[in-house]
Amino acid sequence: MDFPTLPLIGGALIGTSAMLLLAGLGRVAGITGICWAAVSGPDRGWRFLFLAGLLAGGVVATELLSVPVPEIPEGPLPVAIAAGLLVGFGTRRGGGCTSGHGVCGIGRQSRRSIVATGVFMAFGVISVFVFHQVLGVMS
Amino acid sequence: MKSLIAVLTGALFGAGLVISGMTDTAKVIGFLDVTGAWDPTLMFVMMGALAITAICTPWIIKWQRPLLAEVFSLPLRTEIDARLVGGSALFGIGWGLWGYCPGPALTALTYGASSTVVFCVAMLAGMGLSDLLDRRRDG
Repeated sequence: MDFPTLPLIGGALIGTSAMLLLAGLGRVAGITGICWAAVSGPDRGWRFLFLAGLLAGGVVATELLSVPVPEIPEGPLPVAIAAGLLVGFGTRRGGGCTSGHGVCGIGRQSRRSIVATGVFMAFGVISVFVFHQVLGVMS
Repeated sequence: MKSLIAVLTGALFGAGLVISGMTDTAKVIGFLDVTGAWDPTLMFVMMGALAITAICTPWIIKWQRPLLAEVFSLPLRTEIDARLVGGSALFGIGWGLWGYCPGPALTALTYGASSTVVFCVAMLAGMGLSDLLDRRRDG
């Protein structure tokens, strides 16, 4: 493994973004919450702008820094649908995802977020083992 | 000014996701593949982000108010319940299955793959389903 310069820098940018949002608007940078409330309300405005920025920032980073576009997963569409449903339903039930719980919540030393992050990491590991190692769903 | 902060923080977040490798599902699945060819690189994304949020959050939330809002909007719940654990478990399963959590999924829309659109639509449907379930229970 090379020294993880890009993961560290990318992570630091994510952390900085979360802190600017907290300091500026007093909001948690949880993508699940922002994404769902941008659709269903309330307070759609800033959330919609945040998501527009999210996509734009991704494009700018890809183009300006020539970050290679990663390979797109090539599994069957029913798998994409099942995974999307699980991610959407699960994050909404659990009150957050990798950003809201993992980055912001743990940074706030929230017990709920520490538990949630441990659980979704553990089930992510189990899921990869079962679906990719044992069942090979993507092939 | 509020709008500017929303766009800017979104853009920083999106750039961070792209630069760090979180939009690369092969890397994400490799990171969760602890029992196989484990690729620990993405651990450093979390470390880079937490290095900033863990230091700044306790300081910022002691302010009387955010710079551009009346109050800090922080989660108040503290209980570890079945909903938190079960939701996070389902999210972890979906995350390991396809390799996207919500932020990277939305950011990866800019790569232009139709399977990513399908994933994101399913994700929104999953979020809606959770709300629907709550409304049925309450009403």
